[in-house]
Amino acid sequence: MKEKLVLVGNGMAGVRTLEELLKLAPDKYDISVFGEEPHGNYNRILLSPVLAGDKSFAEIVTHDADWYRKNGITLYKGDKIVAIDRKKRRVQSENGVELEYDRLLLATGSKPFILPIPGHDLDGVIGFRDIHDVNRMLQAAAPGKHAVVIGGGLLGLEAANGLKKRGMTVTVVHLLDTLMERQLDKAAADLLKHELESTGLRFHMPAQTEAILGEPCVTGIRFKDGIELTADLVVMSVGIKPNIELAKSCGIYCERGIIVSDTLQTFDPAIYAVGECVQHRGSLFGLVAPLFEQARVCSNHLAEYGIARYQGSITSTKLKVTGIDLFSAGEFQGGENHETLTLQDPARGIYKKLVLQDNRIKGAVLYGDTVDGAWYFQLMRESADISAFRESILFGQAHVGDSGYGNENKAVNLPDSAEICGCNGVCKGDVVKAIVEKKLYTLEEVRAHTKASSSCGSCTGLVEQILASTLGGDYSTAPSKQALCACTALTHDEVRAAISSAAYQTIRDAMAGMEWKTPDGCSSCRPALNYYLLCRWPGEYRDDAQSRFINERTHANIQKDGTYSVVPRIWGGVTNSHELRAIADVADKYEVPTVKITGGQRIDLLGIKKQDLPGIWRDLNQAGFVSGHAYGKSLRTVKTCVGKDWCRFGTQDSTGLGIQVEKMTWGSWTPHKFKIAVSGCPRNCAEATIKDLGVVCVDSGYEIHVGGNGGIKVRVTDLLVKVATEAEVLEYTGAFMQLYREEARYLERTAPWIERVGLAYVKHRIVDDRRGREALYQGFVAAQQNAQIDPWAELAGNTEYCRQLAPLTLPV
Amino acid sequence: MNNEWIYIAALDEIPRQGARVIETGHGDIAVFRTLSDQVFALRDHCPHQGGPLSQGIVHGEKVTCPLHNWVIELNSGVAVAPDEGCAQRYAVKVEHMQVFVAL
Ligand SMILES: Cc1cc2nc3c(=O)[nH]c(=O)nc-3n(C[C@H](O)[C@H](O)[C@H](O)COP(=O)(O)OP(=O)(O)OC[C@H]3O[C@@H](n4cnc5c(N)ncnc54)[C@H](O)[C@@H]3O)c2cc1C
Ligand code: SF4
Ligand code: FES
Repeated sequence: MKEKLVLVGNGMAGVRTLEELLKLAPDKYDISVFGEEPHGNYNRILLSPVLAGDKSFAEIVTHDADWYRKNGITLYKGDKIVAIDRKKRRVQSENGVELEYDRLLLATGSKPFILPIPGHDLDGVIGFRDIHDVNRMLQAAAPGKHAVVIGGGLLGLEAANGLKKRGMTVTVVHLLDTLMERQLDKAAADLLKHELESTGLRFHMPAQTEAILGEPCVTGIRFKDGIELTADLVVMSVGIKPNIELAKSCGIYCERGIIVSDTLQTFDPAIYAVGECVQHRGSLFGLVAPLFEQARVCSNHLAEYGIARYQGSITSTKLKVTGIDLFSAGEFQGGENHETLTLQDPARGIYKKLVLQDNRIKGAVLYGDTVDGAWYFQLMRESADISAFRESILFGQAHVGDSGYGNENKAVNLPDSAEICGCNGVCKGDVVKAIVEKKLYTLEEVRAHTKASSSCGSCTGLVEQILASTLGGDYSTAPSKQALCACTALTHDEVRAAISSAAYQTIRDAMAGMEWKTPDGCSSCRPALNYYLLCRWPGEYRDDAQSRFINERTHANIQKDGTYSVVPRIWGGVTNSHELRAIADVADKYEVPTVKITGGQRIDLLGIKKQDLPGIWRDLNQAGFVSGHAYGKSLRTVKTCVGKDWCRFGTQDSTGLGIQVEKMTWGSWTPHKFKIAVSGCPRNCAEATIKDLGVVCVDSGYEIHVGGNGGIKVRVTDLLVKVATEAEVLEYTGAFMQLYREEARYLERTAPWIERVGLAYVKHRIVDDRRGREALYQGFVAAQQNAQIDPWAELAGNTEYCRQLAPLTLPV
Repeated sequence: MNNEWIYIAALDEIPRQGARVIETGHGDIAVFRTLSDQVFALRDHCPHQGGPLSQGIVHGEKVTCPLHNWVIELNSGVAVAPDEGCAQRYAVKVEHMQVFVAL
């Protein structure tokens, strides 16, 4: 028999939890839902547009009767749970329904707080929470009549705007002299007030309400200072109060909200709670984005999946009043140990403020120009070090240039004909059209439908901007955590952590343990899992060739015509006549059509037929070559200059050092390709400052630079450290590579990785923490013992494998 | 067109979650074997730009083309939406662990 799950509260958080649960474990529970409101679930956020007349109620219903029926869920609508018997595990409803449960989910939301002033219970005093409230307001909202909204926060202003659009004369009364003080600082709030006043809203602030007047219906309102205003309708919007009476009445521990753990469990382990009714690590919630994250974690545990943890959320807000651009996130007020950057342009009505701590964004307020809100928010969430572009950050992403996060143009200002994705030839207009017509919400969906950002990924930022600006108000429905791929709801980091904690040893175990949605994954997750397992269990894990991209399976580079290219390793780029002759012989013997010097100072043999690969490997091996890994997510080449042996400027033996570095690092698998260079002096002929790791020799030692990239988005390295000896260069290089191997996400190059975690973090782990560095270096050296096996020798010796490379022939 | 079953290889000679290529007078054919030992045959020519499907990653009953990541359904040869296109499919049977194709 199925277990029974009862949900109390048919609102946004509760139903989202059910949705996520149905994805993970559709058949686990018999589900019943009690909802006090007499409807299916609707998008409460959009009540403001309904009030303003921009949307109808039908348009905002997200789950109709059909949805509950199709998913086998029994909905008791318009019926409220009045008692919970925790011993017998039973709930009882107002209409007399009694049900048993195995698990109970409380999602009772919150209620508008009604100030207990005289007259608060008069006819015509209304909170702003549900469709019933909206209907009552609309009944009272005849053009020409007077409305007073008490509370100048997000909801109060949206209510005031809606009523004004219905033709009423509306006054907003606020206790403080700053509107939306939970989201705005004084400067932005003043701009907002000014702009709302110009649309016809009136303000009375700061002001304290003393009484609401009238009998039995509202006629006016009186303030402490004796002033009175006429009112036919009073909307009370001073704050919300978690709806916890039910939980309290059955003895579940509550403070301001129902106390829940990181797994969203209450003090009774059979009872879970999500949404505005909960209190987690001291915080209460009033926006949907964190509730949806809670829903994801809670469903994970209801499905007995047991991996996810809720660790709180960072949220951002916008105001849904047409024509007003406002964005706020995080600790926007600043304070001790914080610095603030501001830009004020009163003539254009623009105000921007960023609050920083240690060069990381802690909060933001934007008014008038919110294009970069999503970008700042991303930098903030990822706690990225912004020192590299601090001077220009307030001017927006468009001005940052090519330091990784930058884009040359603001997507929003681009014409529809502008090409967004150079790889696939996708224009801005195509992307916008697909988002609107196909109702796309995520980057993944846009990739699938338009191909934009699906190849090299350098336009991802632009596509995200277009997505954000096209979706507009629906920002909060976009998921804030990126799943690894469509086969799982877990992120890269969660998958990685689970591999360690649950000690999965094979791809199969990992997929089974983490309840993959597909039998054997897809071409995104299999290579990622293969890498994570290999990195975590360097000695034990057996590499899964079928989960590797063809290049890594054949240890050669596939070309557009299906032939391959082969690159033998030439240590430090130094070769001799014997090696060159051997390569020439191979070129002749296999009729190699093109022989080319690569950008990494190696020799590339192009146009090789698959069935010739074993022969070429064998011949090159016999001449002393090993694979150059020019195809892998692995160490590529160590490029060197001639250095002090020959060059009149050389300060150190850059060539010899490069060879040592290459001998130490070759064969290592990394999250993405990894390039190294060593230059003999700051003239930097080996272009070390655009490599993942570059060594620049100076008279007094060696500078180690990291995080460079010479690809689509050029990024110059950051200086990690300066050391005195070659031995230290080797140690720091090994430690840096190991940190990158262990912590970067699969297919994340060092440049975006460093920008995500911050150079300061990397310095802390590699430079400041001597013990940590040594341990990382030892880890690298240990992993290399299993990695430095030449794949060519191994494969050429595997007759079974070589036979499989050859085509099958048909019997004649 | 010839409807005879033609013997290709023993099942074991096709790697699991992988493929082998058959060279024929009218182009290469890719014979795939899935994790659950289902066998499929498609023309080894991606409907996008002709990439060798036999070299892609096989997952479920699909293969991801190695050149630009189109995903092709093995049982029909049809590209997974929103991509559009189709690789010709051939009938295959496995009898006593031996694989036959009808060309
Ligand atoms: C007008 C308005 C605009 C908003 N705009 C935004 C916005 O722009 N962005 C944003 O992120 N958030 C916004 N919010 C906040 C957002 O809507 C809430 O955070 C979210 O709806 C809370 O979800 P919940 O499931 O916790 O509660 P709710 O959605 O309120 O659901 C709780 C449900 O439980 C029912 N219930 C309570 N007790 C019982 C019981 N004992 N038995 C049965 N049923 C019960 C209630 O009737 C209610 O239907 C807005 C809210 C309002 C009111
Ligand atoms: S980097 Fe300096 S040492 Fe090396 S070749 Fe150039 S000038 Fe000479
Ligand atoms: S050729 Fe197959 S995806 Fe382009």
